[in-house]
Amino acid sequence: MSEELVVKVWRGREDGAFVAYRVPRRENQTVLDVVTWIQRHLDPSLAYRYACRVGMCGSCAMTVNGVARWTCRTHVSRVAKGEALEIAPLANLPIVRDLATDMRDFFDRWARARGQFTGAATRHDDFARVDPASPARVAADAGIECIGCGVCHASCDVVAWRPAFVGPAALNRAWTLVNDERDTAGRERLRAVAGDAGCHACHTQGACTERCPKGIAPTAGIAGLKRLVARAAVRGEL
Amino acid sequence: MTRRPDFRSRAHPAWWAFLVHRLSGLALALFLPLHFWALGQALHGAAALDAFLRFADQPLFKFGEWGLVLLLALHAAGGVRLLLIEFGAWSGLRKNLIAVTAGFGVVAGLGFALALFS
Ligand code: SF4
Ligand code: SF4
Ligand code: FES
Repeated sequence: MSEELVVKVWRGREDGAFVAYRVPRRENQTVLDVVTWIQRHLDPSLAYRYACRVGMCGSCAMTVNGVARWTCRTHVSRVAKGEALEIAPLANLPIVRDLATDMRDFFDRWARARGQFTGAATRHDDFARVDPASPARVAADAGIECIGCGVCHASCDVVAWRPAFVGPAALNRAWTLVNDERDTAGRERLRAVAGDAGCHACHTQGACTERCPKGIAPTAGIAGLKRLVARAAVRGEL
Repeated sequence: MTRRPDFRSRAHPAWWAFLVHRLSGLALALFLPLHFWALGQALHGAAALDAFLRFADQPLFKFGEWGLVLLLALHAAGGVRLLLIEFGAWSGLRKNLIAVTAGFGVVAGLGFALALFS
């Protein structure tokens, strides 16, 4: 392990550029540690975002050596090429400044994919009892730990190619909800995710599944949505 | 304009499988009109077709034919993988089938080359 890292950091907005910094190499150093060190010791004006530092909040994602990652749980030793690091904001999202992206568009897409839960029960009703072993519950479970980090969204070429595509995270959210037996907006949701802006735009490139730090497979949910939409269309329920 | 994912982000097997499938599909689509035109020669009588077949009996055409068989093998095997992902029970991105696709392409390509030269 050498003494120093050479770190290129994106500064500015879309028309910005990389600026190189020298950062002391430490053991057990995460990419987020590196960014924080630069901000504390070299340039307090560096903009970036994080909160939990333990992989729960989903706010620290950046592009590290070309690949979208959660930086708080990415060790430098795993990603540095030699002693070189390149840190950029997430792709496919507007840049606020430096390493901070504007996530509004990302979550607006969840709303467009009908990502809100709609139930029929009131506070006076008893708890719903959902069989943990039922296929729908198992399917929902597989996607429910999403932390909304945007890594899948930033890795997906179809998001870059088709501006209207709601993207893997929004579709994964929709998939968990169509498998929630308490939800009553299933048909409306299938309508929202059908077609070119929804699940049918996906080319099964698998980047989302490959990169999701939580091990979620949005590709699986998207394939599931395609099947449900097809079934509903055949039955004339769409 | 936002930043875009680049080649480093695409360096994983499922993306390569997509690329091979898309390129082989496009190449096959371009070839199809030519194929139908050649078959259409039969409508002008046996002589016309024979003349064309003799014309096509050249090394360059043989090489082209070999390329088509390879493309078809890759596209077909890759298509089976996609169908399994979309309609089968979920079991990952089926990267084992990406290897099978490549292997099937090699086997079909070699087999056809052998048939050409024997
Ligand atoms: S599987 Fe679909 S949604 Fe996921 S990265 Fe690929 S194209 Fe995008
Ligand atoms: S699906 Fe995975 S990569 Fe996408 S936002 Fe959720 S946690 Fe992040
Ligand atoms: S800081 Fe919360 S997930 Fe990285």
